[in-house]
Amino acid sequence: MPILEVKNIKKSFDNTEILKGISFDLEEGQTISIIGSSGSGKTTLLRCLNFLETPDEGTITVRGEKLFDASTPITDPEALRKNRLHFGLVFQQFNLFPQYTALENVTLAPLMTAEAKNKEWIMENGRSLLNQMGLSDRMDNYPHQLSGGQQQRVAIARALALKPDILCFDEPTSALDPELTGEVLRVIKRLAERHTTMIIVTHEMTFARDVADEAIFMDDGIILEKGPAKELINNPKEERTKQFLSRLNS
Amino acid sequence: MFWTVTLSLLEGFLGTIKLFVLTLLFSLPLGLLISFGSMSKTAVIKYPIRFIIWIIRGTPLMLQLLIIYYGPGIFLGLNVWGSNTSGRFLAALVAFVINYACYFSEIYRGGIQSIPVGQYEAGQVLGMSKSQIFRKIILLQVIKRIVPPISNEVITLVKDTSLARVIAVYEIIWNGQAFIKSSGIIWPLFYTGAFYLIFSGLLTLLFGYIEKKLSYFR
Repeated sequence: MPILEVKNIKKSFDNTEILKGISFDLEEGQTISIIGSSGSGKTTLLRCLNFLETPDEGTITVRGEKLFDASTPITDPEALRKNRLHFGLVFQQFNLFPQYTALENVTLAPLMTAEAKNKEWIMENGRSLLNQMGLSDRMDNYPHQLSGGQQQRVAIARALALKPDILCFDEPTSALDPELTGEVLRVIKRLAERHTTMIIVTHEMTFARDVADEAIFMDDGIILEKGPAKELINNPKEERTKQFLSRLNS
Repeated sequence: MFWTVTLSLLEGFLGTIKLFVLTLLFSLPLGLLISFGSMSKTAVIKYPIRFIIWIIRGTPLMLQLLIIYYGPGIFLGLNVWGSNTSGRFLAALVAFVINYACYFSEIYRGGIQSIPVGQYEAGQVLGMSKSQIFRKIILLQVIKRIVPPISNEVITLVKDTSLARVIAVYEIIWNGQAFIKSSGIIWPLFYTGAFYLIFSGLLTLLFGYIEKKLSYFR
């Protein structure tokens, strides 16, 4: 059984249909990359999965449990909050909390939301996550004292701290210069090697090809092409996909 | 004579400070409530609140003092404020609280709306509730941003308290002016300026300290 089943997700803003029926499955431990031009609906799809937007139609099922069904919308904030915990989201703009240190950013939510408030374990886990991100000497720094790449790695640790079933990345390196991009991509690659279930929206084609098991090409609100990442990016079948990829390479 | 005047002015300044402190005590939290109202998604809350803010910010505080003190008696035939000193003080306090709460509410609104939406969304995807997000993430960032404009208003309030004398509330200028009639001297009135200067100087130091305390993050 796939860990995530997305069926027929549709979403409009002010009569403009951004998502026109998106369906895909994701297996546990797999990474899927989503590519496509700006405005194709990639970010909106991630925001729907994280319940930052409410789809107009469709269902979202995680581990066989139907989290969302557009025909019976969720009105209870507590249910919505629980649903969100199945997913983690790393933003393009990091969105770290400026008044908290790196470690506090990572531990803030677990300390608040943990059912069994095991404070010591949460702190230990936070430190170990930052260690894995190569930030052992940056734990007590505030976000403005960190480089963009370091901030994004803190944001990844923060998302991992809640042990989401599926970790989503929304163009995680688009706000970084090329030098800092590498350090963030390396971290994500290591997560993929350890079979973290991930959905990555990115414009880094080489990365999308190398890190992901599968790739999705989105165009104008639909999935135009889907397949093994290497195949889709090296030898796309659809004319539109070829066009998109060749423009990037030229 | 100098000591007599100083003591009398100090006594008057006590009235000034009483009005100042009580106004802040009530208007700072009331302003937050009003700012929530003015940002409400419900039109029947939002527009009446914005209308009131427009009235209060668009008319002189002195006029508001007169209307609040004399209005109930003239228009409704009600003697809500009584006829003694504390009644007049209460009327002045009510006018000041309403006026300053409206100004503060606009500062709060600006501060709250200046926080990037990404901060809320980051809290949401981490499974925090609305109130957790406001208390643990947004509030301190808002406070940091509003300290300079709030300090401006607070220092203006120190001096605005002198308007209360239009409804005969005893404060420092009232006492200073009294010497013109009783002793034929005008310098005590000018001397009151020193009290305002020292007090607003202390407040400037206090707000500078708060700003510095919050400078550890950006």
